[in-house]
Amino acid sequence: MKRAAGAFTFVIFLFLYVPMLVLAAASINRGSDVAVFKGFTLGNYSALFKDGVLLPLLLNSVILALASSLCATVLGTSAAIGISRMSPRLRRAAMSLTNIPLTNPEIVTGVSLALLFAFAGRMLKIKNVMGFATLLIAHVTFNLPYVILSVLPKLRQMDRHLYEAAMDLGCTPLQAFFKVVLHEIMPGVISGALMAFTMSLDDFVISYFVYGAEYVTLPVEIYNYTKKPLQPKIYALFTLLFTAILLLMIIMNILQARDVKKRASGESGALRKRRLG
Amino acid sequence: MRNRLLSGPYLVWMALFTLIPLVIVLYYALTDSATGSFTLSNLAALHNYFPIFLRSVWLAVVSSMICLLLGYPVAWRIAQARPSRQRFLYMLVMLPMCISFLLRTLAWVSLLEDTGIINNLIRALGLRPLPLIRNSGAVVLGMVYNYLPYMIMPLYTVIMKIDRRLVEAAQDLGCDGRRVFLKVTLPLSVPGIVSGITMVFVPAVSTFYISQKLGGPGTALIGDVIESQFKAAYNPNLGAAMSLFLMVLVLACIAVMNKFTGEDERVATV
Repeated sequence: MKRAAGAFTFVIFLFLYVPMLVLAAASINRGSDVAVFKGFTLGNYSALFKDGVLLPLLLNSVILALASSLCATVLGTSAAIGISRMSPRLRRAAMSLTNIPLTNPEIVTGVSLALLFAFAGRMLKIKNVMGFATLLIAHVTFNLPYVILSVLPKLRQMDRHLYEAAMDLGCTPLQAFFKVVLHEIMPGVISGALMAFTMSLDDFVISYFVYGAEYVTLPVEIYNYTKKPLQPKIYALFTLLFTAILLLMIIMNILQARDVKKRASGESGALRKRRLG
Repeated sequence: MRNRLLSGPYLVWMALFTLIPLVIVLYYALTDSATGSFTLSNLAALHNYFPIFLRSVWLAVVSSMICLLLGYPVAWRIAQARPSRQRFLYMLVMLPMCISFLLRTLAWVSLLEDTGIINNLIRALGLRPLPLIRNSGAVVLGMVYNYLPYMIMPLYTVIMKIDRRLVEAAQDLGCDGRRVFLKVTLPLSVPGIVSGITMVFVPAVSTFYISQKLGGPGTALIGDVIESQFKAAYNPNLGAAMSLFLMVLVLACIAVMNKFTGEDERVATV
């Protein structure tokens, strides 16, 4: 059974990666039709680096993703701490609120925010209300639940007495938070921030409804492109991005594996180091 | 405790940017686009779109079921691997989602087109090309491809947490492999199944990009119609009414799904 499932898993992985292979092949294809391979070229890559449009758009996406994931992480972490101290009834109410953007279809979130911004624009008499600010607000809103859901379990696992012990030993509440609580929940904070960043970087549907002509992100531009034939440069860009992410993940995986091994073999050594640090 | 106040800014933010927008959607849905006065005509007009709603739900249900059938063995196999291998395999499942889903869908277009990669291969073999694109099947394929990782993630999380000793106990008590699966593993993975189906169904039922690219003239979905109300036809009031209906539909489906688990907390996938 295990072997059959293994073979099946392999086939599914092939299925998941077929489009990546197509994109990679298209990026080194001399012809512009993806379906016909006309010979090897790196021309698309050099064209990409000479291109004055795509890279700024990628930068737009990255800036938006950084800003929104940072805001969402700060706001979400403090919210998670607050929620974990609530009475069960209040907590359930707060969690229902958190679940709204998660359960609502993206298109509904996008449409509802678009209507809100248009409404606010009319109230405040701002022309062209859509822009960086509206994108940022929308991205922070859909990122917040991911941060909260990854921080809350860490808070639940944390020993409550640690915080009290720090206070007993003379920490101010702020010190106790930064030295003890934050240290304990850090893995949750980081994974929440990473998730927020990738969600934001890749978001199309919500951005599509709240973007303005002055600040366009890469996915939105790709959508607008697809009415005409896609430029091969885009394949080159995404092949590079995919390779970068793949390498990053492999390195992280190796480091983590090494970390686990080290911790297993030298628990006492690590403990000593931590005490000294 | 004072700490409770820490969630204040968050609650204000969510009220401003999730609750109030939904109220505004309701307001638009119940007002006339020209005069701004109260009307039920937007909601009444929804019945014209009933076949489209039905088709969207049907295609999303089919895709969710296919995702479950394909995703379960994969999630199970990953959960059986060595811990270090598990992380790597899980990462491989997540990795395709890092690339814009627009581009991955376009890659499928160039695979399935009449003059696409697969049909070129078929022609090279001397066979007749197949109609692979512009039909419901292609839309389902696009949905399954894009949302399969959302199914595998919660399934894996749940299967991994199943206590090995329960499986061993069932074996000791004389269950064969099939019955261990049906009596222990499957019932214990129900929360993951429910969560996975929800995570596939919701984006699938509301998609507009996949149906635009892979579907044909007869396969428009709710998402397509809503999008065109805002971007092409410009009737936000009708669009708001449709969004409202879509939201109610999704909430109803989730409520039904949650009946199966008996708990209202969804499985955290992180």
